[in-house]
Amino acid sequence: MPQPIRESAPKTVLIQLSLQNGKPNARGPIASGPNASGPNASGPNASGPNASGGGAGGAALEGIPGVALQWIDVKTPFLVALWILVAGLAKMVIEVNHNVTNYIPESALLICCGFLLGGVIWGADGVQTFTLTPTVFFFYLLPQVILDAGYTMPNKLFFSNLGAILVYAIIGTCWNAASVGLSLWGCHQGGAMGPDLDIGLLQYLLFGSLIAAVDPVAVLAVFEQVHVNEVLFIMVFGESLLNDGVTVVLFNVFDAFVSLGGPRINAAEIVKGIVSFFVVAFGGSLLGLVFGVLICLVTRVTKNIRIIEPGFIFVLGYLSYLTAEMLSLSAILAIVFCGIACQRYIKANMDEASVATVQHAMKVLANGSETIIFLFLGISAIDKNIWVWNTGFILLTLLFIFVYRIMGVFFLTWILNKFRLVPVEYIDQIIMSYGGLRGAVAYGLAVMLDESKIKEKNLMISTTLVVVYFTVILQGVTMKPLVNWLKVKRAANAELTLIEKVQNKVFDHMLVAIEDISGQIGHNYMRDKWNNFEVKYLSWLLMKPSARRNRDRLFNVFHQLNLRDAMSYVNEGERRGSLEFIRNESAFVDFKKKFDTDISDMMPDITADAADDTLPVPSHMGGTWRHHDIPSVSLEMQDQDLKGLREAEDINSHHLLQQHLYKGRKQHRHRYSRSHFHVNKDEGEVQEIFQRTMRTRLESFKSTKMGAAKKMSHHPKKEDLQKTANGNASDWGRSRPHGDAGIEFPESGGAAGGQRSYGDPFPTRVSYRLGAGVENPAFMPDVETQAPPWLTEADGGAGASVEPSQRAQLHLPWTPSNLRRLAPLRISTQSSDSFQRADAASGPETPPPPPPLPPPPPSHPPPHEGSHM
Amino acid sequence: MGALHSLPDDPQHADLAEKTGFSLEQIGILRKRFKQLSANEETLRREDFNTIPDLACNPIRSQIIEAFFDRRNFRQSDGAGTVREIGFGEFLAVMSHFRPPSIHLKEEQREAIRMEKLRFLFNMHDTDNDGTITLEEYRHVVEELLSRSGALGKETAKGIADAAMLEVASISMGHMEPDEFYEGITFEHFNKLLKEFEIESRMNIRFMNMDTPTLCK
Repeated sequence: MPQPIRESAPKTVLIQLSLQNGKPNARGPIASGPNASGPNASGPNASGPNASGGGAGGAALEGIPGVALQWIDVKTPFLVALWILVAGLAKMVIEVNHNVTNYIPESALLICCGFLLGGVIWGADGVQTFTLTPTVFFFYLLPQVILDAGYTMPNKLFFSNLGAILVYAIIGTCWNAASVGLSLWGCHQGGAMGPDLDIGLLQYLLFGSLIAAVDPVAVLAVFEQVHVNEVLFIMVFGESLLNDGVTVVLFNVFDAFVSLGGPRINAAEIVKGIVSFFVVAFGGSLLGLVFGVLICLVTRVTKNIRIIEPGFIFVLGYLSYLTAEMLSLSAILAIVFCGIACQRYIKANMDEASVATVQHAMKVLANGSETIIFLFLGISAIDKNIWVWNTGFILLTLLFIFVYRIMGVFFLTWILNKFRLVPVEYIDQIIMSYGGLRGAVAYGLAVMLDESKIKEKNLMISTTLVVVYFTVILQGVTMKPLVNWLKVKRAANAELTLIEKVQNKVFDHMLVAIEDISGQIGHNYMRDKWNNFEVKYLSWLLMKPSARRNRDRLFNVFHQLNLRDAMSYVNEGERRGSLEFIRNESAFVDFKKKFDTDISDMMPDITADAADDTLPVPSHMGGTWRHHDIPSVSLEMQDQDLKGLREAEDINSHHLLQQHLYKGRKQHRHRYSRSHFHVNKDEGEVQEIFQRTMRTRLESFKSTKMGAAKKMSHHPKKEDLQKTANGNASDWGRSRPHGDAGIEFPESGGAAGGQRSYGDPFPTRVSYRLGAGVENPAFMPDVETQAPPWLTEADGGAGASVEPSQRAQLHLPWTPSNLRRLAPLRISTQSSDSFQRADAASGPETPPPPPPLPPPPPSHPPPHEGSHM
Repeated sequence: MGALHSLPDDPQHADLAEKTGFSLEQIGILRKRFKQLSANEETLRREDFNTIPDLACNPIRSQIIEAFFDRRNFRQSDGAGTVREIGFGEFLAVMSHFRPPSIHLKEEQREAIRMEKLRFLFNMHDTDNDGTITLEEYRHVVEELLSRSGALGKETAKGIADAAMLEVASISMGHMEPDEFYEGITFEHFNKLLKEFEIESRMNIRFMNMDTPTLCK
């Protein structure tokens, strides 16, 4: 918020968390430490030595002090760090029990937690030492939350609803401000507030303008947990972001009016106020766009400084905020549009790792500040000095903001619905009105009021706090039940299937075509024009050439599918084949060799692409991918050429070699670099690490198997149910006692063992996609006559042939056109099946397995629950 | 607006308005557009669509144009097949598939509109009118979609189409025996697959009541 901040910004103190009572006293800070951990008895005791130590630090000392407490020097950063820690711990405590956060939004809980902490501080100090100051809030806490919002903004959704959002943000906010201000004034004239209140019309309007704006932080915090449909979400959220421009202008204009005094306001001043709105709002947005472009341009050329490349986004984003603030433009709008403008280009320009870093860092910062904001909103309340109670004023404010919000939303929607292709429904309008949460922005503005001009500043602050608590806590808590009760359309949280994605694309093009043919200019026409412009010029300017090449969305989807297949293949291989991997130390996974021939003639493009790509990880799966400890290991496999190593001697020599290489790795690991990550490239190492991981996994696997049989036993039962439901081979599971899994597993190898538990570790949502990606032969189940060594050995010679994984057999890809291609593969799976054998042994009623096909009736969940492997 | 009053066949328009749900103003505008496209002829042929420059870079141009000449989309019950030229009535009938539904609808009406729009989309894919979208047909669509992205095009398109088809098979058939053969997407499956798609609120364009064609030739 431009001017007011600068007026109230302290010149010397950088961060003034502890500046409520002016001079930095020793008691305040000390009290905070113990508060964090609970017992605060040590507070007063510790204060003496600390303060004296700090005070003495600068004085002339005799000799070199052994231990000197430099409290004054570290005080500010120390307190900041400490509070961040406290906020984090508070959040952790709150999130311990999800039953609570299911009903009460986290923001409300954090405020309550703030009450407690504030109470403790108050109890220890007798004065509230820590409050949320506007400087800290607007300069250090708010920007990252808003940047995150802009960076993750769903652009298409946002811009296709931009008209409605603007109407709500501009007209709605003005309406709220004016109506609340005027009504309060009217009530005051009517005598509802008591006789001794000294607030004029302009001051009421000023108050109205600061309380009018819906707060982005509060809205996001509540709506994040209530998954309403995306249009509704974007309306509320977009409004809360964009109405900042209006709030700033209104606030500044009325602030200026209050300073001017009533009589000196003339038409010229009012016109100036209106003009300043456009300057502030559009200037801010434009500035943000400029910075966004700047970010894109910078990330185009950061190839050689990958490590610090994520930093640019934060620094430039923050700079856009500060610059806007400096120029008295809307800082929030600037940083929102900065985020919006740069998001897609930097994702294409930067390294995958950097993109993930940005994403995570953004979330850390935004979530962290959000936590601190709410915590301090609670703490700030525990202060006797600010509380001035005027029942009439406070209750009427609550009533008015609630009522006028509803009226505003319904009226504006009524007008908008005349123009909207898809009207906003009544239920959605109710939620929109109810979602008008006020938050820290209003509080920050209230604190910035000038006490010399507005006598009742404290009343306004307390009213704002009450409003904030009322909306965030009460409305926040009731939001979810209300959404449930009204049956508001929810967001489809399932991921789009491939066909839906294709259909989306067909749709876009179709609608454009129809508009072209019918000669209408509509959204689609505009969007298409914009897209063309974007592809032709903008991406040329802002995107790296290499990134431009691969940007087709459909292709990306496909690429992701393939990647996911690869990962699941590796996972599955680990889970199932791991045992044999370990037992037989020279086992190698060599996709390329195995599938070399198939690949080359089937899908040259894809495989080439997959092979020489750096295997970019799609952002949404970054998490699962990265926390996995050996991904690079597994994917390096295909580079290996291990022909000839199948022979025993070679195996031995290779084994020897590995031992040496392992020693090499130790040295390798100590290499430290600030500017590069060293990725393990060495094959021997890779193998070695892989096998070690396998071994540890085997251990844990064994212990689960052997030791915790009870824990396991419910899985097979579940499978039974599924099978019965399918009407398929329900006898298999029953004929075998669950307990035998552990005993049997060393003999029958990983296949049988893995079969037991595969269901759970796989997140169900990945599932049917796995089937979908079967097309890529590189990741097809091993269906070759030439079995990998571990499998052959596992069979103990019984089958004398391959024991392909169970699901590999079951889940052979079958598209009509693939049948031909896959036929030879399928025939090669003629080997006897461990389950069938088991069946034959245990239950004579089982019909003999019809050789060679089909494989046993599905002893697995339906395809969309298992994986194709 | 002026165009509307100068048109001779207003009664015919009223009839069309009743059949297609367009307002008279909209029909007037579309009439004008039709004349413009057909170069003042009474019928429209495929070549006429090539005169729309904006359409030229649309990857699924041919499917769209084909849809205009597909009997199934004419809202008459005279079966399948394609025609060589269409009159204004047919043009309007096809257009009416993209008319936004009115604001307050009962559930059944909404469902009916959904079905109708879905059927249009389905027909666009099912070129040979055998009631299923076969893999070949689907591949064709995806290929066209990707036809602008150059070299990647064909093979990728094939891969995507196959993957999508597999997915469809696994969703709509549940488990299949390996030697089963997934014939293609039937309309029921299509409906099920796009359940979340809200086609009734998305497959709409805004038909102006005012005259704009001068802006977009």
